[in-house]
Amino acid sequence: MTTAEFGTHKWGMVVDVDKCIGCNACVIACQAENNIPINTQDRVERARSISWIRVERYWEGDFPDAKARFIPIMCQHCENAPCEPVCPVYATYHNSEGMNVQVYNRCVGTRYCANGCPYIVRFFNYWEPVWPESLRNHLNPDVTVRSRGIMEKCSFCVHRIRRESRNARSAGVEIADGAVQTACSSACPTSALNFGNFNDPDSKVSKMKEDKRHYTLLDQFGTDPNVIYLAKIDADKKVGAGEAATHG
Amino acid sequence: MQQRRELDQVYTNRKLLNGQLDTPKWWLPTVSILGVVVLIGVVVIATMINKGLGVTGLARPVYWGLFITTFVFWVGISHAGIMISAILRLTQAEWRRPVTRAAELLTVFSLLTALVFPLIHAGRPWRIAYWIMPYDISRGIYPNIRSPLIMDPVAISTYLTGSTLFLYIALLPDLGNLRDRTTGWKNAMYTVLSLGWRGNPRQWKMQTVGGILLSALMLPIFVSVHSIVSWDFAVAAAVEGWHSTIFAPYFVIGAVHSGVSAVVTMMALMRWLWKWDDFIRPEHFDALARLLIVVATGWLAFTFLELTFALYGQDAPEIALREMQMFQWPWNALFIIFFLTAYAIPVPMWLFKRVRTNIALMFWTSILVNIGMWLERFLIIVPGLARRTPFVYTWEAYRPSAVEWTIFIWSFAWVTFLMLLFSKFFPLVPLFEQKESQVFTEDVMIGRAKIPAIIREAD
Repeated sequence: MTTAEFGTHKWGMVVDVDKCIGCNACVIACQAENNIPINTQDRVERARSISWIRVERYWEGDFPDAKARFIPIMCQHCENAPCEPVCPVYATYHNSEGMNVQVYNRCVGTRYCANGCPYIVRFFNYWEPVWPESLRNHLNPDVTVRSRGIMEKCSFCVHRIRRESRNARSAGVEIADGAVQTACSSACPTSALNFGNFNDPDSKVSKMKEDKRHYTLLDQFGTDPNVIYLAKIDADKKVGAGEAATHG
Repeated sequence: MQQRRELDQVYTNRKLLNGQLDTPKWWLPTVSILGVVVLIGVVVIATMINKGLGVTGLARPVYWGLFITTFVFWVGISHAGIMISAILRLTQAEWRRPVTRAAELLTVFSLLTALVFPLIHAGRPWRIAYWIMPYDISRGIYPNIRSPLIMDPVAISTYLTGSTLFLYIALLPDLGNLRDRTTGWKNAMYTVLSLGWRGNPRQWKMQTVGGILLSALMLPIFVSVHSIVSWDFAVAAAVEGWHSTIFAPYFVIGAVHSGVSAVVTMMALMRWLWKWDDFIRPEHFDALARLLIVVATGWLAFTFLELTFALYGQDAPEIALREMQMFQWPWNALFIIFFLTAYAIPVPMWLFKRVRTNIALMFWTSILVNIGMWLERFLIIVPGLARRTPFVYTWEAYRPSAVEWTIFIWSFAWVTFLMLLFSKFFPLVPLFEQKESQVFTEDVMIGRAKIPAIIREAD
């Protein structure tokens, strides 16, 4: 059951790695949705590019039996996040909907959170963001443009969640399962990315995460992420569930 | 042991007040050059704040670099003051007397410098007041006291307040002395600053009790300040090389190592610049070097433990990090320089009394220690971040930029500049301590030689 009341949801994502084809549509959708500055060649070379979601490509097996594997990585919205206790100003904290949120106004840019994050999904704005003149009017009005000197990261498209819950509240109905989609999950052509409410036992994501292929990234840190991965199925190797958990 | 001249009070006054009552020839040119460097540094800092942190060499995944290293370095140097003036005062080590003020001064100025770094390294330094001061408690947003970055300013400002008071209380008798020897605006300044010091028994008693109380009150700070600085790193559970349980005592003992070495450097400079051969004597260097041997060896044990912890746990990522620190270019070169300068060269040299009483050798070895201790912090902070972890996709991306190096050099010029400015108005060797030590010292005759014996330490 879902209601539009704040704090009754636990938003999360289930990533079916088996379905990911590495097309990078999610990355582009995220860049456009969240007003992320264009990653120019210079920024990439200086290791200062910003991509809230990225598709990591890695190889399994040795040549000539090597297989390309893809895994999309975004902020894991950990229940026990290493980035949260170290922020001196509560610019990043855990809200009551299971999300790790970043408050841009509060951030002073100590970059302490980024040091602590083992998933490397936090990004620092070294310069004031700039867009070509032609793209000025393409910015998403729902998302803050981040000034220089602050951290940013995947927000689970919190503005979309807020919009849906506002609409549901004013209509006096509950948020339907699947009504809230993040930019990446709506752009995914193979439904590898699935967004929903883990508190609702009947939601699509709750059922998906019961799959025996499920695992979380970097289990050893005990971060308890809200992003659940479903392992790759390799028909040739007949590997069991959790094989991909050893990645990395 | 060398034979010592008996120093009468007139001679002590004349020699130790020569900075205030006359100006040494080298003073103005040195201060001017340092002033220019300080000014350049200030302009560079202002430019960096204006343009943004893009002007530094920082890049993912190395989010902390030269600034935090230098911050830890200066906080380490500041431990000199509390070691020399509080601990040695409470343990009644007589040889501390001529260096107490210089050590306290080093504490105050290095803390002032250290505080600059966490402020300017932040992305939005202009919001730092919001950061440290819980001014908006009415809005329900209190600073996150779980974060060591909140404990840092609390500990450091406590330390700074305590040290400044300590310095001032110890300065009172000398200020009274200067008031009586100056005229004009200087006299007016010293009159106000000396708070009506007349040197009567009641004032002496209060001054002594105040000093002892402050020493005792500052003892907890001796442990807390650098422990908290070490937690900046130790709480980052996902960073190998940082999340170590031994960091607090390791950092504290490392701080004493670098701080006391900095005092040795400073004593040698004071002896040369103001020609205070009668006051800062080879015995003092000897005593400090013996203290340093113990401290440095304790510190070495911690270093060894830190490097070998990974072997106990067989923790693959941490072993990989240690391999990178010790065997991979360019970290291996830094590691060798670090080990040679922080321990392997100076400490065996100090084992020889001829070295301990040789001022030039003590000067250069103490400089070596501080090069090594700076590198130690750098080797903890940067490789810990630059390491290759499962999800990092760029690494070893950090190369300090010219802006960072300029600000690094600025910090040294700034501390020296403040010291020399202070020396123009206040005596660097406490006159009253010097005279008191003469009272506590009696001479014994061994054969024909008159040998100073310190009676306070005998009982």
